[in-house]
Amino acid sequence: MSDSTETEPDFVTATEAAHHPRRTDVDPRAAKRAERQVATLFVLATLLILASLVAYVVIPVDAGVEIPLLGPIGALNVALGLSLGLGILLIGLGAIHWARKLMPGNEVVAMRHELRSEPDERRAAVEAFDRGLADSGFAQRPIIRRTLIGAMLVLPLPLVILLRDLYTSPQGAPSPAEQLEQTIWDSDMRIVTDVSLNPIKPEDVPVGGLVAAVPANLHEVEEEEGNLNARAKAAIILVRMRPDEIVSQQGEAWDYQGILAYSKICTHVGCPIALYEQRTHHLLCPCHQSTFDLADSGNVVFGPAARQMPQLPITVDDEGYLVAVSDFQQPVGPSFWERS
Amino acid sequence: MLLLLGALAIIGTIYALVNTSTAARAAGSPHSETAVEEGQALYLEGCASCHGLNAEGTSVAPSLIGAGAASVHFQVSTGRMPLAAPTVQVERKEPSYTEPQIAALAAYVATLGPGPAIPTAEQLDTTNADLAVGGELFRTNCAQCHNFAGSGAALTEGKYAPSLMPATQQQVWEAMLTGPQNMPVFGDGTLSEPEKQDILKYVAHLQTQTQPGGLGLGSFGPVTEGALLFTLGLGLMAGFAIWIGAKLR
Repeated sequence: MSDSTETEPDFVTATEAAHHPRRTDVDPRAAKRAERQVATLFVLATLLILASLVAYVVIPVDAGVEIPLLGPIGALNVALGLSLGLGILLIGLGAIHWARKLMPGNEVVAMRHELRSEPDERRAAVEAFDRGLADSGFAQRPIIRRTLIGAMLVLPLPLVILLRDLYTSPQGAPSPAEQLEQTIWDSDMRIVTDVSLNPIKPEDVPVGGLVAAVPANLHEVEEEEGNLNARAKAAIILVRMRPDEIVSQQGEAWDYQGILAYSKICTHVGCPIALYEQRTHHLLCPCHQSTFDLADSGNVVFGPAARQMPQLPITVDDEGYLVAVSDFQQPVGPSFWERS
Repeated sequence: MLLLLGALAIIGTIYALVNTSTAARAAGSPHSETAVEEGQALYLEGCASCHGLNAEGTSVAPSLIGAGAASVHFQVSTGRMPLAAPTVQVERKEPSYTEPQIAALAAYVATLGPGPAIPTAEQLDTTNADLAVGGELFRTNCAQCHNFAGSGAALTEGKYAPSLMPATQQQVWEAMLTGPQNMPVFGDGTLSEPEKQDILKYVAHLQTQTQPGGLGLGSFGPVTEGALLFTLGLGLMAGFAIWIGAKLR
């Protein structure tokens, strides 16, 4: 490397002694055979690619085919995979075979150039920079320099302000932080089953039972707001255990005869969780294995969650249906900047 | 052991004969005296050592009073009971009893106290069920543990929710009603019988559906797909690299 000169070529052939000629180098018949093999691979690839077009046209999308050990699979994808996939593979195999058998087999050395520029070029660059510095007067005119630095310092401010206002709240509406702190649960809000939206009586929930539930007004709020934000915060699960199994709760008598209502949103990063084990009373988040003990105030017993699962205080209304006593007493879901 | 098996077989045969003649199997209806007696005999032979002579439960097994016929049928017909070994997870295996024997056991346990009954053929009839609603209910109530495709998934500390693929419609119904092991109970009050039928229809769809997108790989999501890409995909790449670089004679 160090003895390289200006006139040295980019590629040099390694010494002949290191090179073992291949059979295709010395035997024209072997070279001819390799040529035929490569051509055969390319022809097969052509046929397979054309076959994929036929399969695409002929095979219905919903047709299935039973593959031994693997079960029923969509026939079209099997055919496309076998024809088009294999065709593309054969083009590649042909190219490799061609390069290995027929392209020049001599080892070559590619010389690397030094990265550092020539001394003359380096000197010229420094001179140009110094001349620019002197001509612009950047060093001699401090008032220009300082005002420019000042302008550059305020430039990022609009970015911060504009980003903050990406959320436009109407006049008088709660701020984004306030919105994160409250859900649509309210005093006397009925608890209804998710999907079918039926109100729930205490006797509907057996000991060991689990119910995915939402507030009764969820669908009206969703239609009004045009999004799923309300659901993302208000989803809860109801579980029932024998009252003597409850070790502690987040508030005095927040259960109703052993029925406990907890948020469904993990306090780690907000995955919805309902993996409830009725014997251990553990609630497991499938995303990062945070585990909450619903018999013990929803406290974290394992995993990355830093906060207990918020509990919703519940009771029954005059008609005997389960209702919320109030909204959650702490924000549901993962932590956020302004969370108190 | 042989003697025991022989006795079981004889009792089973006798019960089967009695059963067809009396037609007393309709769930919910009073069970015939004979079935209850046969069931009690089977219970004392195969279950009493853990659950107690009067099914009152012991330190190693829960009381069966009020467990109900559905619970017995689920546990015994899936082979979970009798227990092979007291481990963290009770696993599905070949059932140790025939269907008539299980019916007798269930009839006996049903007399001990009121509990969920074995579903009738009408309850398990899903011809009018709604597959789409079933899918929605499945994703809301079942998918969190049994996975979106019913393939099962891990729970805490070595436990897991089993795959639904080998489960019969009756077993799925009974599991929802009785909450075996750590599964919560999905009572009729919050998951009505028509909704349970919708779910059954969806589970049957999952069990028989054609994988439209190619290999399902057990429908475990990124775990199996990533493992296959990592081993087979990268292995193939490495193989090609070795082939390209190999020296030719």
